[in-house]
Amino acid sequence: MHYHFDWAVVTGGKYYEWLVSGVYVTVKLSLVSIALSFLLGLVIAVMRMSRFGPVRWFAHGYLEFFRNTPLLVQMFFWYFGSYKILPQSVNDWLVKGDFEFAAAVIALTIYTSAFIAEDIRSGVRSIPKEQMEAARSSGFSYIRSMRYIILPQAVRLTIPPLINQFLNLMKNSSLAMTIGVAELMYQARQVESYTFKGFEAFSAATLVYLAMSFVITGLMTLYDRMVLQPIKGR
Amino acid sequence: MIRFEGVHKWFGPLHVLNNINLRVKPGEVVVVCGPSGSGKSTLIRTINDLEPINEGKLVVAGMDLSDRKTDINKLRAEIGFVFQQFNLYPHLTVLKNITLAPIKIRKLDRKTAEEQAMALLERVGLAEKRNAHPSQLSGGQQQRVAIARGLAMKPKIMLFDEPTSALDPEMIGEVLQVMKDLAVSGMTMMVVTHEMGFAREVSHRVVFMDHGTVLEEAEPEEFFKNPQHDRAQQFLKQILSPMH
Ligand SMILES: Nc1ncnc2c1ncn2[C@@H]1O[C@H](COP(=O)(O)OP(=O)(O)O)[C@@H](O)[C@H]1O
Ligand SMILES: [Mg+2]
Repeated sequence: MHYHFDWAVVTGGKYYEWLVSGVYVTVKLSLVSIALSFLLGLVIAVMRMSRFGPVRWFAHGYLEFFRNTPLLVQMFFWYFGSYKILPQSVNDWLVKGDFEFAAAVIALTIYTSAFIAEDIRSGVRSIPKEQMEAARSSGFSYIRSMRYIILPQAVRLTIPPLINQFLNLMKNSSLAMTIGVAELMYQARQVESYTFKGFEAFSAATLVYLAMSFVITGLMTLYDRMVLQPIKGR
Repeated sequence: MIRFEGVHKWFGPLHVLNNINLRVKPGEVVVVCGPSGSGKSTLIRTINDLEPINEGKLVVAGMDLSDRKTDINKLRAEIGFVFQQFNLYPHLTVLKNITLAPIKIRKLDRKTAEEQAMALLERVGLAEKRNAHPSQLSGGQQQRVAIARGLAMKPKIMLFDEPTSALDPEMIGEVLQVMKDLAVSGMTMMVVTHEMGFAREVSHRVVFMDHGTVLEEAEPEEFFKNPQHDRAQQFLKQILSPMH
């Protein structure tokens, strides 16, 4: 009844290549979604603070809706449900490309952007209102004041929660296996079902996720230290 | 350059500006003083529409602030505003604090903007601080950078709201000196301050405010020697007393 460890399965050969291709897809999925969710989060945060009621209400509804429904449901929605609501031409284009990947990016981006928007908004609220007054006094419009003066400061203050959101996104990307994206978890499952070496396969996946977490945290902390320092003296 | 005609403003029930009539001609330096809470900040902030007026007419640099069609951002680009608390952008270096608006709003190329910023830094005596961040500067230095930032837009008017009130006494002089040079150079200025030395030396007119109204408006000589209103007399006694 002894389990026979066979690390060779995941350190070379065909199955190793499967895992590597899974890592590649996970990294691509995470990076694309991190970039897009950050940009979308900025936009939603600004809309949430708009002077115009309808814009503010829309952003508020968006936040509540996407933060309070499970990511898995959202992923299924974009994968199975979007056929019904998107125009035919868009669907054709998506199917021609990598539809699973696109649906996963959309789900991860929208879901995470809702959390990021809230983090950025609380960052903005901690910037003294005099900063906005100084910017407006120079002749910047509200939006451009946000862009050049307020958001750059708010984002710097938001680095720690942003690290969290990016880590969550990277880990959540494993849910994309459920809609058939051949990312790391998907490949680890494949290796397991072909070789019955589940322990090795999932250990390897775990290590990769851990390594990616360290890289994200390291990069963000470095950034924080290099650019936050000058304004910390305040 | 600046014309108030029957301007009123309320904060809820508080009548913070009550029938203001004032004119500032090009090149004029006007000092506004008065007790705390009398509406000086509100008055000066209406000039660049940081505080919108409720009634009356206000024309600044040929633009009518009571007219909705006036492009407020364009107006503000023509007016430098210096705050009591400096309000430099903490995430940018001194040089970038000064060049941001000229590059983004005036569409200057970076090189021209930086040359111009360096000339201004020379003028306020801080050229060697160009790469420092605001948090690395003293209050007096920050305020001089803030003045340079305002001047970088080549404004038609410079407004100052108690520019030396947040400074340690030993730094007040350096900021006042920059302001005096500016006044002598012919800039149109409106300055809320209790620095009566500045008012006496370089201002053309002193405006005394109390409870949202302009109680007195006179040449400095006249105002200091012979204040008409009781309130102004009291105020001057307080502000000029060595015990203060
Ligand atoms: N945003 C505001 N909302 C309500 N009241 C205000 C506001 N700003 C100023 N005030 C009130 O208006 C009065 C005048 O204020 P201010 O113009 O700052 O006076 P000063 O600069 O002469 O000290 C004060 O009583 C102050 O409390
Ligand atoms: Mg004031």
